[in-house]
Amino acid sequence: MRGRTAFVIGCVLAGLILAMAALSLVWLPYDPSDTTGGRLAPPGDGHLLGTDKLGRDLLTQLMVGARIALTVGIGSVLLGALLGVAGGLLAGFASDWLDDALSAALDILIAFPTLLLAMLVVAAREASLGSAVLAIGLAMSAIVARLTRVLVMRVLAQDYVTAARTSGTSWPRVVIEHVLPNIWPTLLVNLSLQLGLAVLAEASLSYLGLGPPPPNASWGRLLQEAQATVLTAPLGAVAPGVLLVVLVVGVNLLADGFRDLADPTRRRSR
Amino acid sequence: MTLLDVAGLSVRRADGRDLVRDLSFTLAPGERLGLIGESGSGKSLTALAVMGLLPAGMTAHGSVTLAGTQVVGARDKELDRVRGRRVGVVFQEPLTALDPLMRVGRQIAGPIRRRRGLRGAPLRAAVAAALGEVRLPESLARAYPHEISGGQRQRVAIAMALACEPEVLIADEPTTALDVTVQAEILTLLDRLVAGRDMALLFISHDLAVVADVADRVIVLKDGSGVESGRTRDIVREPRHPYTRALVDSARALEGALDRLAP
Repeated sequence: MRGRTAFVIGCVLAGLILAMAALSLVWLPYDPSDTTGGRLAPPGDGHLLGTDKLGRDLLTQLMVGARIALTVGIGSVLLGALLGVAGGLLAGFASDWLDDALSAALDILIAFPTLLLAMLVVAAREASLGSAVLAIGLAMSAIVARLTRVLVMRVLAQDYVTAARTSGTSWPRVVIEHVLPNIWPTLLVNLSLQLGLAVLAEASLSYLGLGPPPPNASWGRLLQEAQATVLTAPLGAVAPGVLLVVLVVGVNLLADGFRDLADPTRRRSR
Repeated sequence: MTLLDVAGLSVRRADGRDLVRDLSFTLAPGERLGLIGESGSGKSLTALAVMGLLPAGMTAHGSVTLAGTQVVGARDKELDRVRGRRVGVVFQEPLTALDPLMRVGRQIAGPIRRRRGLRGAPLRAAVAAALGEVRLPESLARAYPHEISGGQRQRVAIAMALACEPEVLIADEPTTALDVTVQAEILTLLDRLVAGRDMALLFISHDLAVVADVADRVIVLKDGSGVESGRTRDIVREPRHPYTRALVDSARALEGALDRLAP
């Protein structure tokens, strides 16, 4: 029952951000670059949450920020999952020396700080939404690959894989029918947690000015811009921070619920 | 006609140690051969070597001919055509031999679909028939492995092994993980199925009483070598090798304990 409550709260929190992002696609209170609101206007009076130091509507910026956070989060998880699962499968099936080589490469990649990797990607390309997705996705893929490798090896040692092989099932079929479904529940939980981490990483990048450039109002950049005026207009810094927490907590709560949904042996035991 | 011809089979570990040494036997349609030995004697490795499915790092030497196909040194692709169709395997632990996340019906359907190319309603009917053959209700197809009993799981595993209508059935300790009463049921079922299809049976067990019940001929394995072989009756009556004698004596001793308590 407790797991269920957590799942519902996670749905509500993450759903809130998702709704904000979805709404921003079709309707925004103001144009994101509309600076006619007056400097640091207080909440109310045509601007529900007030304006920033350039006179832009804060709610508008936050809604656009939700879209960016989710785009980078989901985009980098997709990239990280694709590369990570493929690499992990390869390492899990590989012969001894190839597995050793891949594992060493993964360990180096994991030890490499995400932010440093992101700076290198930004330096090689440009500060953009795509660069953020690429950098965060790459860093994530190493972690996902290492997890996948261990999970694959554990499944391959199971009798049901041998049983499938004795009935003449080819390796690709074994992967599709047995390996992927059996590593999926654990992977799904990890990927949901990674989504939360990716959102935080994007905020950090934007805070450092390495994220999507203006006028893309990423939450991290909103935090950074509101820093100077945090004492006079605290809402500008508090609001993006709160939304960041809401999204990450929501996604983390969802993670455990996903496992119960994806794993019939757990579904039953409740 | 010989279905399975094993000649001079050795299984070697990466460090050069032989886990199975120079083992030879043949199996013809309708024949039932028992492979008996303690754990670690190489029984299961022999079964895996016959399928060409040895764990990584182990290599087979000698010759294994399965329905005309040389298994030792063959490529995986060739063997995939032999596995399932020519030879099926039932494993010791039915819980781990079934995919925990797949419904029972789908697990049986997999090999049937691949071998006979069935889809949709005919496939469902074939799965129901396969379940019927092992005396399980059709409704069980919707269950997950953890929702059914150990005996039922082993019946499902047998149905899977028989789904491709193999000519040789390898049963690797199929009753060891089961309760004694269930064990008898499974043995009766195996006996009936093997007889009904005129299959050859390679029955692997550490339990002489069980092997004596099932097999016509028996090979006694000790530390990877066959120390004695012959008709089951002869071996039980006149064991020649000391290890075989010890096996027979201990089985008799257990039986004797029951007899003493008989009214």
